This record gives sequence, structure tokens and C-alpha cells, in this order.
Amino acid sequence: MTSKEYKTITDIKGPLVFLEKTEPVAYGEIVTIRLSDGSMKNGQVLDTSDDAVIVQVFEGTEAIDRQAGVKFLGDVFKLPVSRDLVGRILDGAGRPRDGGPDIVAEEKADIIGAAINPYSRQSPHDFIQTGVSAIDCCTTLVRGQKLPIFSASGLPHNDIALQIARQAKLKDSDEEFIVVFCAMGITAEEYNFFRTDLERTGALENAVLFVNLADDPAVERLITPRLALTAAEYLAFEHDYHVLVIYTDMTNYCDSLRQIGAAREEVPGRRGYPGYMYTDLAMLYERAGIVKGKKGSITQFPILTMPGDDITHPIPDLSGYITEGQIVISRELHQAGIYPPINVLPSLSRLMGGCIGEKTTRDDHKKVSDQMYAAYAEGRELRGLVAIVGEDALNERDLQLLKFSDIFEDKFLRQDRDEDRTIDETLDLCWNLMSSIDEKYLVRLDRELIDKYGQHTE
Amino acid sequence: MSNNEGVIYRISGPVVTATGIDARMYEVVRVGHEKLMGEVIEIHGEQSVIQVYEDTSGIRPGEPVLSTGQTLSVQLGPGLLTSIYDGIQRPLQTLEEVMGVFITRGVDADGLDLEKKWDFVATASAGDEVVGGQIIGTVQETETITHKIMVPPKASGTIKNIDSGEFTVTETVCTLDDGTEIQMMQEWPVRHPRPYTQKYAPDTPLVTGMRILDFLFPLAKGGAAGIPGPFGSGKTVTQQSLAKYSDAQLVVYIGCGERGNEMTEVLDEFPGLIDPNTGKPLMNRTVMIANTSNMPVAAREASVYTGITIAEYFRDQGYDVALMADSTSRWAEAMREISSRLEEMPGEEGYPAYLSSRLAEFYERAGRVETLNGDDGSVTVIGAVSPPGGDISEPVSQGTLRIVKVFWGLDAGLARKRHFPAINWLNSYSLYPQSLNQWFRDNIASDFPEVRTEISALLKVEAELQEIVQLVGSDALPIDQQLTLEVARMIREYFLQQNGFDPVDAYSGVEQQYAMAKAILTFQDEAKKAMAAGARLQDVVNVPARTELMRARFAEGYLESIGGLVDDMVGEITGTVEAN
Repeated sequence: MTSKEYKTITDIKGPLVFLEKTEPVAYGEIVTIRLSDGSMKNGQVLDTSDDAVIVQVFEGTEAIDRQAGVKFLGDVFKLPVSRDLVGRILDGAGRPRDGGPDIVAEEKADIIGAAINPYSRQSPHDFIQTGVSAIDCCTTLVRGQKLPIFSASGLPHNDIALQIARQAKLKDSDEEFIVVFCAMGITAEEYNFFRTDLERTGALENAVLFVNLADDPAVERLITPRLALTAAEYLAFEHDYHVLVIYTDMTNYCDSLRQIGAAREEVPGRRGYPGYMYTDLAMLYERAGIVKGKKGSITQFPILTMPGDDITHPIPDLSGYITEGQIVISRELHQAGIYPPINVLPSLSRLMGGCIGEKTTRDDHKKVSDQMYAAYAEGRELRGLVAIVGEDALNERDLQLLKFSDIFEDKFLRQDRDEDRTIDETLDLCWNLMSSIDEKYLVRLDRELIDKYGQHTE
Repeated sequence: MSNNEGVIYRISGPVVTATGIDARMYEVVRVGHEKLMGEVIEIHGEQSVIQVYEDTSGIRPGEPVLSTGQTLSVQLGPGLLTSIYDGIQRPLQTLEEVMGVFITRGVDADGLDLEKKWDFVATASAGDEVVGGQIIGTVQETETITHKIMVPPKASGTIKNIDSGEFTVTETVCTLDDGTEIQMMQEWPVRHPRPYTQKYAPDTPLVTGMRILDFLFPLAKGGAAGIPGPFGSGKTVTQQSLAKYSDAQLVVYIGCGERGNEMTEVLDEFPGLIDPNTGKPLMNRTVMIANTSNMPVAAREASVYTGITIAEYFRDQGYDVALMADSTSRWAEAMREISSRLEEMPGEEGYPAYLSSRLAEFYERAGRVETLNGDDGSVTVIGAVSPPGGDISEPVSQGTLRIVKVFWGLDAGLARKRHFPAINWLNSYSLYPQSLNQWFRDNIASDFPEVRTEISALLKVEAELQEIVQLVGSDALPIDQQLTLEVARMIREYFLQQNGFDPVDAYSGVEQQYAMAKAILTFQDEAKKAMAAGARLQDVVNVPARTELMRARFAEGYLESIGGLVDDMVGEITGTVEAN
């Protein structure tokens, strides 16, 4: 469709351009804007009527004037997808960033993505071994799950995400994941860290990167994750790949959402974020899963930094209501020099129940995990008491639990950045560590399991 | 002369403005060339504002808008049970057949299978005088549920003709002498409560099999309850347990704006589950509505109305229906989203000013009623609320608490301690005990209310003592208070905690609940006696028979064995006196 160029801009405000006297323009239609110096910008229709059209400009409205020419391209935003995406690095709007050729499309996919019919989903139940004990034992990751990392500034969430990307595999299988990496507003330094690591391990050949950095247009961030997920869906459901989508940092995404809302003078919700942020986030997170009749899967690993370490902030809060659990990174553990500083107590994997046990991991997994958790939780609580009354006031049981909480952090949580523990190693380690507690206090384990795996010395 | 075809003037997300149609409020319209379904929610002079139930990308101003003359309605009749619908009653299975695994748009689907033949058995005969709501025949819809075919609420007259036999839901099964033809299918506008003769005060509990709920904070059949809780505190697990084990005859489960994988889990799990009250598959009594968080927001807004209309329809047949809405916060957010697109003046936290009246209207559709045909039926509503940050001072929680009489407060702290169900016994409440006490006295035990009072008093005392313990340690307390702490711990660990995944413990009948509560009080009394006679607290607490009594709740037939176990415990506690 050859389209007319309009020079009818009335207002320009923040990332938005308002224009009038157009022919009927479709909601969501893609727009190009030609500036007086000949350079081009892209945008999308946010609101359309007979009288006025509002366009959101991805690259920001800098240098746009009322003489700029606006063209409507007659189509909604689509990403050219092909098997050749694998191994490529693209920018936040889907253009090559690695100096390579344009993607030759096998098809063009609408980036908004349709909802998966709940009836057509298949329940996720395949255990993913990440090689990280705290995750495998206590907040097990499942293929098709969306499990975010709740972190905060200054914490090593990137290392953890990369370690998982490197090590994640199905138990007893070498089948690898395709990693779709989506950067939203991260620094060039952080990006280089990811890229170098993926290059070093050779994972880059099996990855697609969509990169919007801190100095790239903020509005573009709103489409970057949609591009990444569209690529992921194509690879998973058309080419049978198991795709692991890592996106960082969701907080920057939400801030862009807020920016657009403010420019449109919308009624803000909590902390100025728009009232539809829940729906908007759901339209990203819900694109994880497995569907009946397709071999591939999409597992999501979003990273978000909690402003002020506050888990009740709207971004982690709304995410937690949508995702199937969360892995919480703790500043306290990080400061104690423990890597990975995962606080298992507030962490949770909602899909864990269905994917652990005799057939998938090991018969003792559930009970071991419960017992480790309970003992550690109680040990940590006792630390508070000891600070007031001193260790002398503790009875024998409490002393053992108190000591166990240290052992737990030092031996169980702590591992090297390239240490890849199998689930058997992790569970054996648990039994070994629990042998520091008298059997009679391990009330969540039953006799049978203690006889089979227990490492208590007589 | 009214005009039923207009054009689109403006599109902003799910909100479309049309000109040129003379639509009524809440009338269903078809938008654009693809005929997307929408509903008129505002009228400004020439312009009608429409909320559209499907994605509007790619739609342009100038495309046609058709009015249908109908308001948003559901199809009611045989075929509802075991179905799973989206928010506007389109069967998800049909959508999969038509669209594939992704939900696209512009597809219309009937809520009921119009082709299927049902075996209609007439219970009325020619010459009978009938009025609206009267039952004229039955269809055995599933093994456990007999679907009763009613005269539509507004019709009445003398039956001219009625036939038993195989019919589809749209074939006429009965004709009245004024020529009215009655089919098995009725349509009903979702935003209108279905009529009934009168509302009764509830007097029977909805038995859920969850000890903390039935025993401490009971809900009446026909009542309304709110379950607020932060994420990870077990709202969905609690709702699902209620759907599985409550003694309602029918369950309508609305997954409103929740996780897709969770709905799938329900879909996978329910067909294999057995209803403890009938011994038949649970699915036989269940209607499910799934509008996940990424499905269109306007359909999410409609989903709770679709659900409650279906619930009322079965109530009118004389059934006790329980409706679970998970989560009403997502429904409220859908209202907020639409309201903000309409540029309405917001109330608290951006929610529309009519939020609390909408919540009240919805919960008010719960109730125990005398139906039009003189039967007794009820709709019990249990709404989950997801307060941001777990803070229930927000508008949806507050709007809910003002109207419901039962509050089951989920607590993240308890969930973190793996205390499930993570319902906080200190801030939860139920206003029904007064009206239900008679039922408990008549059906369970004459001192049931007194036992309940004693148990909850112990928990309150414990909370006060714990504050002291935090400061000085438990050893500093007098021995009788230390005993109180032990008794309260027994209440928490043995009685309040319940393993929803354990095949036996997941469901606890009210008689068993009472027996367990009595066992705790017996322990307290015997321990006091023994300690007065010189026994040491440690010895009393550690008698093996008490551990055995507590552990045995995971074994089948606990209700039968509990008496003997209590006797053993009493014997051993008495023994601790002599040992000293």
C-alpha cells in the first residue's frame, strides 16, 4: 500500500506526536516520520479517530517539528522471523546490530502476540537442572515456567542469570536451550558482560540478542521484549526449540510504560505507574508455556531490580501475581560474601510440586527440600534471639539449628560461578549437611528415607 | 426510527467510539469488518462508547458498527456442566477447534452445543397451569446432576403440549396455550440478577473440609466471603480446595485475570478428582470460566457476571451453588482500565468511583432464596482479592470487606513458615456463627459453639504470651502459661495446619474437626490435672501417645480411631504423675 505523507502535526509532547486531518488510520498501525533533514523515525498509533491521531515515537521526538512528514504504513508492527535469527544480535527495534545482513523473513509475525488458549496449554512438568543447588532443590525451575529473579541494584543477578543460561538442561539429557536475550535499558557495560560471556562459552551461536541500551530511546523498550518473545514463539512453536528467554531489566520497561502514560495524561495508578500495567506485564509473562501438539517450549527468566529493595513496590508486586514464583536475591547474603546470594525463604516455584519426585528427580526431593527449608528458617530466626539473649540460653536442638543455618549458607548456597551440580549431587549434599542435626529433630523426613540416604554416623 | 448501523469514529485500545447508531446502554454491538463483539457502556449525544471484548489492533475509523438489540447474555441449559468458557461464554474447546492454540478474534461461538440431543423427561403434563421458574421436565446432564428445565421467568399459562424424548436445546419441548414455545435453552442478560421469590437468612454452613474455615470462621450456604492475600500466600490453592471439597452441589469456578498454566492445571486435575460428597468425578458438577491475564480486558470484566448468572440459573433449579472468583482484584483492575480509557474522574487509587457499588451489587447476588417455584436454593460467593503489596487498606479489599460477612485473611508470614492454609486466625472473622450455631448444635455436638470459643480464646492468649516470649524467652513464664503455649502450639500444628495435598488430611469432616478440638481440650485438662499432682511439663508434653494422636490424622478412618487414641494419651499423662 503506497501511502500519503501528512504534514498535519498539531502538537508534540514527550514521546507523542498528535496530528489531524488524516484518512482513516488503524489502531496500532506503524508510522514513519521524515524529519526536515531527511532522517527517519518510527512510531505506532496509540489512539485514532476521524479528527486526530496520536502517535508514539519509538526514537523520541527530538528534532521533530510541525513540518515533519508522517506516513502510515497500513500494517501493525511485525517482526520478520526466520531460523536464521539464531546467532544474531539485533537492536531494540529488531534491526541488525552486529553488522550482518537484514533478516530474510520466512514469515512476518505480529509482535503483540495472541493469548494461548488455556485449554490448549500443556501443564509444564519437565524438571530443568540449573546446576545451582538453591534453585534445583528449593525453587525448582520447570520447562515452560516463568520464574523471575527479584534483585536490586548492586547484586549479582546477571551472573546468576548467565550461570543458569549456561548450565540449564533437562536431567540426563544434553538437549540445549536456545537463549533469547532481551536487554532493556541496561548499560553498555552490562551488555558487554553478557555478550562476552555468551561468546566465551560458545552460547552466542545458539542465541538471539535484542538489545536496547540505557542510551537508546526509552520508548523503544516497550517493543523490545515483544520482539524477543515473538522470535521465541517462532523458534519454539515453528521450529521445535526449547527456548529460554532472559530479559533484563523489567524495571526499565515499566518506567518507560509510566513515561508514555504520563505523556498521555492518563490517570496514574500506584506510584505513577499506569493502571493497566498488570495487563501489560501479563501480556509478556503469559507468553511462556507449552502448547499441546508442539514440541518446543518457552521458559522465561525475567530479571527485575526492586527499587529500594522493596518487594511491595508495584513492579515486583504485580510481577509476583503473574509469574509462577520468584527467586529473591538477598543483599544480606551478598554482603556476607556468599554467591549465589539466593534467599530461599521468600523464594518460591509454584510449579515445583508437579515436577519433582521419584520419576523426575529423586524420591527424597520433596521431603529433603521441606526439611532443609524448615531447619534453615528456624535457624535464621534463632539468630535474632541469640543477638538478644546469647547462645547460652539456647537448648541443644536450637543450637544445632542455629549452626545449621550457617552451614546451609556456607556449604549449600555457596558455589562457584561455573560449578554445575547435578540434582543427585545437590540432594546428597543436603543429606550430608543435615547429618549435623540429630535425627529426632528432622521431623519432616521419614524413617524409610533416612535409612536409604541418611549420612548420620552412629 | 432507530438506526442499527453506524461507523467507528475513534479507537483507543479496547474502547471504541461509534456514531450513527441508536444504541441502548449495555447493548451488544458488532464492531468493524471482523464483527468484533462489544458492549455499549456510555452514550454522548450522537456517540456511543463501546468496550470491545477482543483485540482492536488494525481496526480503522469509518469501519461499520452494527447494533444487535440484545444485551450481553448467556445461554443457559443442558451442556453447561463440565464446560470451560472464556469471559463471554465462548467454549474454549470450540475456540481451539476454530482458531488453533492461540486466541485470535472475530469468532463467535455458542455457549451450548446446539446440535446435541438430550433425553428430556417431562414432569409436567398438558393442562397444567405453570408460572415462570416452574420445573416442567428434567435432563440427566451428568451422573450426579439432574438438570431441571424451567419455564422462563417471564412466561406463564396452561400447558397445551409437552413431550418427553430426544431434543436439542433449541427444539420446542413444551407449548403453552397462548402459543409460547418453551425450549430447554434460555438466554439471560448477565448484568441482571435472575428473579426469585424471597431471600432467607442463611442457617446451614457450607462445609469445606478445611478445619480453620469450618470450625473457626464458618461460611453459610448463601453467604459471601472474601479471601485477601499477597502473592504466594495460597489464595489459588485455597480456592481450588474449596472447589474440590466444599459440599455445594454445583461449583462455578471463575479464573479471572489469572495465570494460564494454573487454569491448565485445574483442567488437567479436575477430571481425575473424585467429589468426596458423591464419590463421582468432580468435573460433573463444575462449570469453569477462564479468562487469563493476557486475554482481552473487557471480557475479563464480563467474566464474573457470566459466572454468577450461570450460578443463579442452577440456584433457581433448587441447587446449592458455590461460586469462586479468583481474583476479584483483576476484575476491579479491568474496570479501572476501561474507566481510565473513558477519561472518567477517578476515585481512590485510580479506581472508578463506582467500584464499591459494583462490588456490592456482585456480592449481593449471593444468597439463599425461595425460588420462583417454591424450592430452596443458594449461591455462595467466595471472592479472592489480591491486594497490592498485601496491604488490605486498598480500595478493592475495603470495598469487599464492607459487604462480605466472612473474611479469611491470608498471611505471607504464615506461608513462609509453611503453615498452610496460611489463614491468619487473629485477624480473620466470620459473622455467621450466631446464625449457624443451632445447626452445629443439632448436627454435630450440643457444646460445639462453646468448644469453638475456647479454642479461639486459647489462640488469642497465645498471641499475647508470644510477645512476652520474644523478649524474655519461654522459660521465664510461669508453668501454667508454658502449658498454654504448648496447647496453642498443638492447635496450630495439629488442628489449623492442614495438608491440602495429602489425600486424607485434605478433607476433614466437621465431626472429625470437633473430635480433634475436643482432643486438644482434653489434653489441656489432663495436663493441668497431672501437673497439679506433681508431673513435669516436659514429661506431659512428650508422652508418645500424644504424638501418635497427632500423626494419625494422616491415616484413613481417623474419626473412628481418635477416641481410642485420646484414651491412650490420657492414660500416659496420668502415668507421668506416678513416674515422678
